[in-house]
Amino acid sequence: MSEWKMLTLVGQDKPGIVAKITTALFEAGSQLGEASMMRLGGNFTIMLMVKSEQSVEQLNQSIEPVVKEMQLSSSFQSIEASLHQHEIPDTRITVYGADRPGIVAKATSGLLDAGFNIMDLESDVAGDEANPIYIMHIEGLAVHGSEALERAMEQIKINGVHVDVTPIDVMIG
Amino acid sequence: MTVLDILKYPDEALKQISQPVESFDEELSTFLANLEETMRAGPGGVGIAAAQVGYFSRIAIVDVSSKPKIKHNGCMILINPEIKTWEGMKVGREGCMSVPDYTGNVIRAEKITLQACNAQGELCDYECEAYEARAVQHELDHLDGLLFLDRLVSRRTDLFKRKKYK
Ligand SMILES: [Zn+2]
Repeated sequence: MSEWKMLTLVGQDKPGIVAKITTALFEAGSQLGEASMMRLGGNFTIMLMVKSEQSVEQLNQSIEPVVKEMQLSSSFQSIEASLHQHEIPDTRITVYGADRPGIVAKATSGLLDAGFNIMDLESDVAGDEANPIYIMHIEGLAVHGSEALERAMEQIKINGVHVDVTPIDVMIG
Repeated sequence: MTVLDILKYPDEALKQISQPVESFDEELSTFLANLEETMRAGPGGVGIAAAQVGYFSRIAIVDVSSKPKIKHNGCMILINPEIKTWEGMKVGREGCMSVPDYTGNVIRAEKITLQACNAQGELCDYECEAYEARAVQHELDHLDGLLFLDRLVSRRTDLFKRKKYK
């Protein structure tokens, strides 16, 4: 079994969450891998790869004092994972428009049908309560090429949503 | 010709500042041939700096001619290069043979003009834009001990910053 676990953690944002959690893990002899941590809607969220010989139960115990003190909710799960396996995305898609129900489902279903593999997605609701704007930033692989993708995105544009598909041309030097 | 070993970060040598080339001799042309061979051996390598193979002279090679549909100057041997003018800015994705398994966004000038000596020591002028300009700026950074890691910007940075002149 892989020694990697995924820590999922969420709680009201306050100073010290990252420092305290990672210190507890370090002191428990864990190694950290790739992570995504961000503030979403006033909450702080963590997805963090943790490599450890300890069991999920032992890992839970090692961060429990911090989790309690900071009123977080967290869980570890064993995952099949390894480092140094980055794939390079070839396409970046920006979608934005007036927020309305189904915008994400429509856009991402269109992408799925066009053979697009999402590797990274960040989205935000901006604007204000009365006029919310949805902004989504996606990177991934256009497995079936960019034409299929452009066609799929035309369908979404019909609804007044702005879609921008840009190739990512990585320069390696 | 020989494919040379690429220094990989965290090797501190990559942070060293390279010195100007003074003699354009046989030794230099042998080195240039090896450097070019090393660049072409790299995965997708369109540029290389001498510092990346532990030779701390102000030498870089850029050749983006294998990329379809872009403006380019062919294979540029850049010795003691100096960028003269910069124009525009653009976020683009970069990777580096000295930093395996990572790519990140970097802001570079869209258009540059530069002066550099060729293999014979003659001073040449170049105009580069877009992808080629990016490659040149990346390689010239190596000569000053800078990696693209020193210039990373957030993945979100390009949002809404694309030029719209229509
Ligand atoms: Zn490089």
